[in-house]
Amino acid sequence: MKFENKAIIITGAAGGIGKEIAHKLAAEGAQLTLVDVNEVALKAVVEELGLTADRVLTVKTDVSKEADVKNYVDQTVEKFGRIDGFVNNAGVEGPAKAIEDITEADFDFVYGINVKGAFYGIKYVLPIMKKQQAGSIVNTASVAGLIGSPQMMLYNSSKHALMGINKVAALEAAPFNVRVNTVNPGVINTQMMRQIESKVAPGAADAAQSAYAEAVPMKRYGEPQEVANLVVFLLSDEASYISSSSYTVDGGLYNV
Amino acid sequence: MKRFDNKVVIVTGAGSGLGQAATLQLAEEGAKLVLVDLSEAGLQETQQKVLAIAPQAETLLITANVADEQAVKGFVDATVEKFGQIDGFFNNAGIEGKQNLTEDFGIDEFEKVISINLNGVFYGMKYVLKIMKKQGYGSIVNTASVGGIRGVGNQSGYAASKHGVVGLTRNSAIEYGQFGISVKAIAPGAIMTPMVEGSLRQMGGDNWEEVGKEFVKPNPMRRFGKPEEVGYLVAFLLSNHADFINGVVVPIDGGQSYKY
Repeated sequence: MKFENKAIIITGAAGGIGKEIAHKLAAEGAQLTLVDVNEVALKAVVEELGLTADRVLTVKTDVSKEADVKNYVDQTVEKFGRIDGFVNNAGVEGPAKAIEDITEADFDFVYGINVKGAFYGIKYVLPIMKKQQAGSIVNTASVAGLIGSPQMMLYNSSKHALMGINKVAALEAAPFNVRVNTVNPGVINTQMMRQIESKVAPGAADAAQSAYAEAVPMKRYGEPQEVANLVVFLLSDEASYISSSSYTVDGGLYNV
Repeated sequence: MKRFDNKVVIVTGAGSGLGQAATLQLAEEGAKLVLVDLSEAGLQETQQKVLAIAPQAETLLITANVADEQAVKGFVDATVEKFGQIDGFFNNAGIEGKQNLTEDFGIDEFEKVISINLNGVFYGMKYVLKIMKKQGYGSIVNTASVGGIRGVGNQSGYAASKHGVVGLTRNSAIEYGQFGISVKAIAPGAIMTPMVEGSLRQMGGDNWEEVGKEFVKPNPMRRFGKPEEVGYLVAFLLSNHADFINGVVVPIDGGQSYKY
């Protein structure tokens, strides 16, 4: 198994994509630290996985709080002794609003999780991987980190910021044999997309969903497993010469 | 069940470098392989390596120049005749061309590089996509290069052709996504293949290994990539695991293309 005795942290582990990544890594033998703000959902994921206690650690975390992030990193090192992979995945879509209606509280909420949360994660994981002279970090960005969409300024711009963090982190990490990449999902069948559809088109979420699918060259939404396949590849040793890169998994959406 | 059990994959440029490395990875994962190269000796070498790791592997070897449209049609037809389907296509054959300033590059050299690297990739897609469209599935991986997304210098023909491969990839991805087909490109950086060794020899002669060391100093990972590292990526992109990845250009370069 590709991830036997490998310790991997996943943030946003109770969400649509995070949960699938956990399933695939568990099947490949990994030891997992599962991080999410939703403790109930996190427990449900652990039950689904059916891992023995020595292979899984759950840490309820608000990733926008630096001390919380330091805590899940410290706990991982204490339990597993190392960190081989980090899926920096927690994120929120935030409100769908015209720019003039976005409040300071909206801004701080989305940037707190999507930007500060991702930064804190790298800040505490990277020194450990540098010391190990090994490790792979996968940041979940989005096609929204490459293009814009109306009403989604906070989500789009926060994911653009993550793209910048990724590039710099990759350059600082590379001399230590640590790789840093992003995945950029397009429209994927997750709870987050259901939220976006109903926020962007209140009362007409189904129509919004059809329109999104129609815009994709493959004419469909992706499934969380299809994102997880890519993340698992980037975490693995098979991706040993891949760093600083961004991978769209979007059925061709970004290319249109 | 391996990822490529009962899958048929065509690899051009299979006689050396990235094509050979991808072939070996695909063979290990159970693929039936159609191996195309201009060099018969190269094909024989790859065939021997395939049989060493996968003695049961079914292969078809075809000596062909991808710049010749009829030869390309020939290997596609031969694949369908022998195996009845095409699941994956690693559209990889390419040359680097003689290095020179733009003004000295030479028309014949330019046309030669374009005819193999760009026309050859187009012909391959033209004939393979027709089959895949009928099937309703398939994955194509074209070999572009960091030189297809960035300027490298002294490579007019190579740069133009590889930028062209990126354009062909993006265009066909839009057209064929609706038929369940994905079209991707890889953009390898400095991978230690016979082609890269050749270009280092153009720069440094017998001193090429020293030149190589200087060459990779600015690379974030401070080293050349290995052909098998590209083989893993190609196998992933051709597999069912990457069905929703479409129209992308994937760098595999240790971070080289992002460092500006």
